[in-house]
Amino acid sequence: MNVLADQIFLLARRSVVRTIRQPANVVAPLVFPLMLLAVNSGGLKAETHLPGFPTSSFFAFALAVPFIQGALFATMNAGTDLARDIQTGFLSRLSLTPMRGIALLGGQLGGVVTLGVVQAAVYLIVGFAVGVRFASGPLGVLVLFAFALLVTLGFGALGAFAALRTGSGEAVQSLFPAFFVFLFLSSMNIPRNLIETTWFRDVATLNPVSYLIECVRSLIITGWDTEALVLGFGIAAAIAVIALALSSWALRVRMART
Amino acid sequence: MRTLAVARAVAWRTLHNVFTNPSLLVPSIVFPLFFFTAFAGGLSRVQDVPGFNYAEGYTAFQFVFVLLQSAAFGGVFTGFGIARDFESGFARRLLLAAPSRTGILLGYAIAALARWLVTAVVLTTVALVVGMNVGGSGVDLFGLYTLAVIVNAAALLWAAGVAMRLRTMQAGPIMQMPVFLVLFFAPVYVPLALLTGWIHAIATVNPLTRVLEAGRGFLAGSPTEVGAAFGAALALAAAFSFWAVRGLRKAEAAG
Repeated sequence: MNVLADQIFLLARRSVVRTIRQPANVVAPLVFPLMLLAVNSGGLKAETHLPGFPTSSFFAFALAVPFIQGALFATMNAGTDLARDIQTGFLSRLSLTPMRGIALLGGQLGGVVTLGVVQAAVYLIVGFAVGVRFASGPLGVLVLFAFALLVTLGFGALGAFAALRTGSGEAVQSLFPAFFVFLFLSSMNIPRNLIETTWFRDVATLNPVSYLIECVRSLIITGWDTEALVLGFGIAAAIAVIALALSSWALRVRMART
Repeated sequence: MRTLAVARAVAWRTLHNVFTNPSLLVPSIVFPLFFFTAFAGGLSRVQDVPGFNYAEGYTAFQFVFVLLQSAAFGGVFTGFGIARDFESGFARRLLLAAPSRTGILLGYAIAALARWLVTAVVLTTVALVVGMNVGGSGVDLFGLYTLAVIVNAAALLWAAGVAMRLRTMQAGPIMQMPVFLVLFFAPVYVPLALLTGWIHAIATVNPLTRVLEAGRGFLAGSPTEVGAAFGAALALAAAFSFWAVRGLRKAEAAG
């Protein structure tokens, strides 16, 4: 057990150090979601005048989005790094050592989750600096961190799965637009009950990303909304379990090939 | 004459590359459609905000933004191709072979325009199919598309200037990010009058705001700020022409 923990720790440290050494991989997940938040919260502030809009602060409403967008970047980081390990032969060399497959996956995801938590902290600090106050109080902040961790783990595992199946960083990168489609066709900019176009509302209702965003949003602007929390955590847990199962299977197949 | 011959050859090659490679062609068509769908479909309720008074509705309001955005990114994507040509060594051979090097820039600009025209046709067709209202006359619409053509040229010249200075694909974000910021710091979701605070201050001085407002005026059949919009767009194109030609000279000097 201790050996496995050591292996996971070593690979997680490698994953974090490698990400930190590539400023683009740190800056983009931090800056890009905040930039989109600034643009949208400025441009769509007038939306708060719509009857039924749940808050008078569009910034507080939109603050949920960077948490999910940051997790999408985690997918890219985890996938691209793992794909590079495959392309450079690191994984092949690793398979000759006593390192266990689960340590590789755990280490890779450990690094991604660590960075995901750092991202969440930065988004929170920006939110507090702008004057957002959590309707769910300090406990809500802790729940939000737990949620960010779970979502980052799930999306990171998806990225790892894509990398292990394709072995190509380019293929992992090409997933990014697809994730962006999920993000934009959700309730990221307007509550679902205020979406006027029927087909868009239906798509947003079927889109799991809507529930991830609404879970975070509920903690910020509503307080303790059991339905939003159960749906959000349920979907995030389901994504994490499925993605972890898929990536474990893909790792076994990849190790057998190498 | 030599300039035109070089331009024709560069444009043909660039267009051949784009239209025979789905990974280059598809994103430039799909992304504007996606933004159009996400903004016009998802945010249509914004037209009920007090003070929103664009007569043709939210679909038409967003169409103009997405059209101009596609024009700008048509130029930027062509800039990626220029950087790729430098990275692969093709551009160096081109500089050696071309009797008129400004023809190279002209060729890329023609390719950017032709590439965007395909996107514009698809986007306009989709917008009309989903029932976009058009209040403007033929002359008004000519004004709208002419503005978009100038934006396309300005964006291409900006991206070409960057690509020829840095000569690597890693310059992609430097070409893309300022264009993205200029576009999104304009009144994207609501008219300028409904913006407040810092974004209103930035949008007021953003030259793209004039272009966007004039474009929306053209589509609604009530042209507004036409002189300022064409002035701003042409000034950007002129400034970036200088920037691109200087970039070309730097690429020549680098050998």
